[in-house]
Amino acid sequence: MAFYDNVFTSVGLSDWCKSESEGNLLTMSDFMSKSGQNEVSKIEGTSFWDIPFPSLDALNASCPAIARTRDMTSGLEDFFLATKDAIKFVLDPMTQPLSWALDASLEIFVAMPWFVLIPALAVFAFYVARSIAIVGLVLATFMFFAFIDHYLHAVQTLSIITVCTVICVVIGLPLGVLMSKSNVFKKTMIPILDMLQTLPAFVYLVPLIFLFSVTESKLYGIAIILYAIVPIMRLTDLGIRLVDKDVIEAADAYGMNSRQKLINVQLPLAMPNIMAGLNQTIMMALSLVVIASLVSAPGLGVLVLRGIRNLELGVGLVAGFCIVMLAILLDRVSKAALSRINTTQN
Amino acid sequence: MLKTTKISIRSLYKIFGNNPDVMMEHVLNGLGKQDLLKQHAHVMGLQNINVDIQSGEITVIMGLSGSGKSTLIRHLNRLIEPTSGEVFVNGENVLDYGVNELRQLRRNTMSMVFQKFALLPHKTVLENTGMSALVRGEDIEETSTKNLKWLERVGLSGYDNHYPHQLSGGMQQRVGIARALASDSEIMLMDEAYSALDPLIRTDMQDLLLELQKELHKTIVFITHDLDEALKLADHLVILKDGYVVQQGDPQGILLNPKDPYIEEFVADINRARVLRVRSVMSPKDGRLLKITGQVQASDNLEKVIALSGGNTNCCYEVVDNDETVGTLHMKELVRALVP
Repeated sequence: MAFYDNVFTSVGLSDWCKSESEGNLLTMSDFMSKSGQNEVSKIEGTSFWDIPFPSLDALNASCPAIARTRDMTSGLEDFFLATKDAIKFVLDPMTQPLSWALDASLEIFVAMPWFVLIPALAVFAFYVARSIAIVGLVLATFMFFAFIDHYLHAVQTLSIITVCTVICVVIGLPLGVLMSKSNVFKKTMIPILDMLQTLPAFVYLVPLIFLFSVTESKLYGIAIILYAIVPIMRLTDLGIRLVDKDVIEAADAYGMNSRQKLINVQLPLAMPNIMAGLNQTIMMALSLVVIASLVSAPGLGVLVLRGIRNLELGVGLVAGFCIVMLAILLDRVSKAALSRINTTQN
Repeated sequence: MLKTTKISIRSLYKIFGNNPDVMMEHVLNGLGKQDLLKQHAHVMGLQNINVDIQSGEITVIMGLSGSGKSTLIRHLNRLIEPTSGEVFVNGENVLDYGVNELRQLRRNTMSMVFQKFALLPHKTVLENTGMSALVRGEDIEETSTKNLKWLERVGLSGYDNHYPHQLSGGMQQRVGIARALASDSEIMLMDEAYSALDPLIRTDMQDLLLELQKELHKTIVFITHDLDEALKLADHLVILKDGYVVQQGDPQGILLNPKDPYIEEFVADINRARVLRVRSVMSPKDGRLLKITGQVQASDNLEKVIALSGGNTNCCYEVVDNDETVGTLHMKELVRALVP
């Protein structure tokens, strides 16, 4: 006897309920009551205060035809497993270039000797930031990494961030432009972006582990890109929508078509916002690449993970410190590039 | 010079709101602006505008803020779509144009100068001037010599590699004008082009425009809320109020014969001696024999004549236009014209 028995009998559904009563998995409480250990039946003494919520499990107790919650989760799992091959068949070849890009970039970054890579990074930093102080910061940080033998891991992390950021820009910028052009597309994208942004980083990894083998680098590549693409899309959209209406009107008055307007007016004027988005994208890629070490992403995250797993406090702390330094470095370089754009515009 | 009608606007209406076409019927049945707003929450932007704009002239559309003047000028190149009416440019109805024809019109026939300059902040002065060349896909190198000449013409030589934010407001608007001139369009639309500038610079820019117009003979549509500016520049003056034309015509005529209390009020504050010309107050040649004190040009303003007479009201002048006597001006007539 369960609480909702009377409900089902009174509506005349008891036959339907019983018809599918066989074949369900046993729950622990079923098992206990069958083996006779759960002697006092709780149902008899149900007082007003103990009325159970009509949840799946409570209804199932009265009417076995209704699925239990664990049936639902296992059903979802079965569904996922059943469609897995089909999804994989489509996604695998599509995402394969991502694996290649990540692996190739890792190889190149690692293969370059330190005395080539560090100056190259310094030159790049000067090119984007035009600031000697920033170049000094880059040189000091990487020499410090090298000095404490964390250079290899830092470079691996940097390589993954570089590839993922480039892909985020290549995909996110056009999507952001599309969002600014079409309100319908924006309205459909916003819930998706909200979801991507609020999903805890670990949850990303769950469906991906099902789909791809942990040895493939695209697994963490996809997770990082999904996580980091949000700000560049949002800020591209925002930036284009915020472009001075008067300038847009002038562009229209001189007969620009929408492509000319996009290239000559909207994108350049939205550039400060887009660069702010890029800065955020880089930072988010960094935060996820650390977590992605759980699924075999190489880099500084691996050392942090080792610190946690083996309780090697020092290893974890130093690696964590290196991540902070790398984060500050990336932030300063991209912000310097942003402020350079700001001064040329105003 | 033979004047031809370049742009003609015929019974143009613009109603802002969710359902302008339905409201249009109400308006044609005689619903006024106030009632339209109260009963249907629609705003009448323009009502029954009929204006002819002659080629080679400066047509000034004047009105206070909210009178619909900026809305009207945007109908000429269809930055705003009308609710009803026709706009003919060179005899063709612009409202029948498709996207491509409209783009050609904007690229080749009309250029525009804006109140807030609307220059591209990330491009240099020279690149901004070459905007229409860029839009048309012309060779940048080839056009840049021409554009440099335009920059020089508006008094900006040597600034070609500056960015707009490095220039003052007046200089930025010079770039705006150079940009419009560099497009070689026959028609220039100037939307409150000088309203954001301070008075001295504004006078400079007005003189620049008149000077350029003397050589170029463009068809200019100029929007302003300043009557002094309007009277200084206009060959043809259109006064708008609440979206309809209160009076239009020769500015001197409007000044001497205001048709409406609204315009009288406007005109009251004007320095008439500076604005009125001899030809508007003189008497035509009628054979009367008067004692002529001297000669004045028909295009002189009254201030100049007063200075010439030294304040003597007994003087009488012969009025000359192109070496031909066209009439006489007695100082008493002049003094009478100074009072509205």
